[in-house]
Amino acid sequence: MSHETLLQIKDLKVHFPLPKKMLEKRSVVKAVDGITLDIKAGETLGLVGESGCGKSTLGRAMLQLIRPTAGQVLFEGQDLTGLWKQRFGVFGVWSPSEIMRKMRQDMQMIFQDPYSSLNPRMTVEDIVGEPLKNFGILSGRPLREKVQNLLEIVGMDPRYIRRYPHEFSGGQCQRIGIARALALNPKIIVADEPISALDVSIQAQILNLLERLQDEFNLTYIFIAHDLAAVRHISDRIAVMYLGKIVEISDQETIIKNPKHPYTKALISAIPIPDPDVEKSRKHIVLQGDVPSPINPPSGCAFHTRCPIAESRCSQEIPVLRDLGPGHKVSCHLV
Amino acid sequence: MEKLLSVDDLRIYFKLEKSIVKAVDGLSFDLNQGEILGIVGESGSGKSVTCLGLMDLNPQPPAYYPSGKIVFKGTNIMKATKEQLRKIRGNEISMIFQDPMSSLNPFLTVETQLCEVLIEHEGLTADQARKKAIDMLARVGIPSPDRRITQYPHQFSGGMRQRVMIAMALLCRPKLLLADEPTTALDVTIQAQILDLMKELNREYGTSIILITHDLGVVAGMAERSLVMYAGRIVERASTKDLFQKPKHPYTHALLKSIPRLDEVRGKKLDPIPGLPPDLSNLPGGCSFHPRCPKAVDKCKQTYPDVVTFDPTHNASCWEVSA
Repeated sequence: MSHETLLQIKDLKVHFPLPKKMLEKRSVVKAVDGITLDIKAGETLGLVGESGCGKSTLGRAMLQLIRPTAGQVLFEGQDLTGLWKQRFGVFGVWSPSEIMRKMRQDMQMIFQDPYSSLNPRMTVEDIVGEPLKNFGILSGRPLREKVQNLLEIVGMDPRYIRRYPHEFSGGQCQRIGIARALALNPKIIVADEPISALDVSIQAQILNLLERLQDEFNLTYIFIAHDLAAVRHISDRIAVMYLGKIVEISDQETIIKNPKHPYTKALISAIPIPDPDVEKSRKHIVLQGDVPSPINPPSGCAFHTRCPIAESRCSQEIPVLRDLGPGHKVSCHLV
Repeated sequence: MEKLLSVDDLRIYFKLEKSIVKAVDGLSFDLNQGEILGIVGESGSGKSVTCLGLMDLNPQPPAYYPSGKIVFKGTNIMKATKEQLRKIRGNEISMIFQDPMSSLNPFLTVETQLCEVLIEHEGLTADQARKKAIDMLARVGIPSPDRRITQYPHQFSGGMRQRVMIAMALLCRPKLLLADEPTTALDVTIQAQILDLMKELNREYGTSIILITHDLGVVAGMAERSLVMYAGRIVERASTKDLFQKPKHPYTHALLKSIPRLDEVRGKKLDPIPGLPPDLSNLPGGCSFHPRCPKAVDKCKQTYPDVVTFDPTHNASCWEVSA
């Protein structure tokens, strides 16, 4: 693994404005609220957290599929957030510039739902070949050969190119989605819950495929999932998110064996282990209540409303991400 | 222990235009009073259809029952009259589903939906029913239940909705609770809350639970005995402990090896099960698992294997295991 930084995220914020109510200030959903991250070439970074914590938004904002509200995303030193341009003057829509379009060849995405991420009216050949056609890289016979080759790489029969998505199972559709993501030889792939819609026996097939492709093509992955066991299996480092912020980040071993943040601890203890003996002797930390709404997140540390060890200052001061040793950062007042 | 439910050679088929889908094909098991039984399987293994079948809720047609007997407290559910079934459903057997949003009526307040059960089965007045419903909401951990009861399902979060479902299911103190993937749609921290709650209620009220899930971890922490289903049949049954420590059927074995574990050694490769789950309208001959089985021999392609018994509680259907 090389150690040069591929993607640098600096104080990234994505806020979604809500419809304004009369006589009230416009409220915003702070989906991603000040995240700083470095992603090294060739590594896999796992992003975990419960629904609504902003992990998917972060993944999309990294690729500029959503325009960040503030902050920077540097891809190989180039700031992507500066590549948006506003059409039709000051009130116009923001759209990606030609340079960003070119750069997107290096950044691809794999989606959660294998069926709805493939156009049902397109054949496998059209789906997998579309990125290549779009960038004018291949056409005609070489394009077909490339598509067949890509299908072989993801473990599918190349004769399937004339078929439509509905003729395939979920696992096979996910393979088609992966082939499409690979078509342009990207450097980084954001995989947003790529296995959670699949059957248990198929999940391992896709995880193994992703691992093999990483070795073969020297890919960098951002692996977004709520299943900590799967994230742990594939990731080198894991970032735990809660309400738009990273609460803890470290290498996967440390996160699982020596978690420091009370939320990480609770998250890990909540995951059932498929072994009745281990399960009996484990102590579960059961958190009270639900994840608060990101529209009006709690003051201070956003986790203090559910935290078993919260003190009075947790509701007042916002904790910062502090270093606790090599690469291990935690944002909690009490560790 | 007393037997609460016994299922014998249950078959549930669905008649489609061109084919017959054998969703459940010869299922037999017993359930004791106060027991938690886990049913594990992938999608399409017939676990949900079994669950609906236990209350005779599969729409007929297309469903039909070529054979089978479901005896619940001495009543054969498959022969029961509509009137008898009405008395059992929601009263003695109740059910919680995977998706709490689509199983609650969005047009009715939680109060209406909860009280309906009590007024129907216990003949309570509206006031008595409301009081009992509020108590039950408090019991399942919904804060300020007297206010929340007047709200609509969309005003609850996913975890809270599942609590409402559980409250509704438990209002009449059922003898049997069928939980069909009760936590699959929920976040892990909420899943832990709901599983805790179910365990508590099982201890407190002695409700038997059939817990259907694809998550082996959930079964490990909850069930005393477990069944593994594949393509409509039980391939292995054992105490949960034996199932995880001494899996006998190649499918159980493969399933356990294919899931990433939180406590595994880093760098271990997963062993996926090759191929796809079978098409239920066109099952392979012999043992349905043979096309994906590492141990398959010729015999497996021809005849469905007999049950091999290892000890009184542990058996599996496979030609390649020996007692």
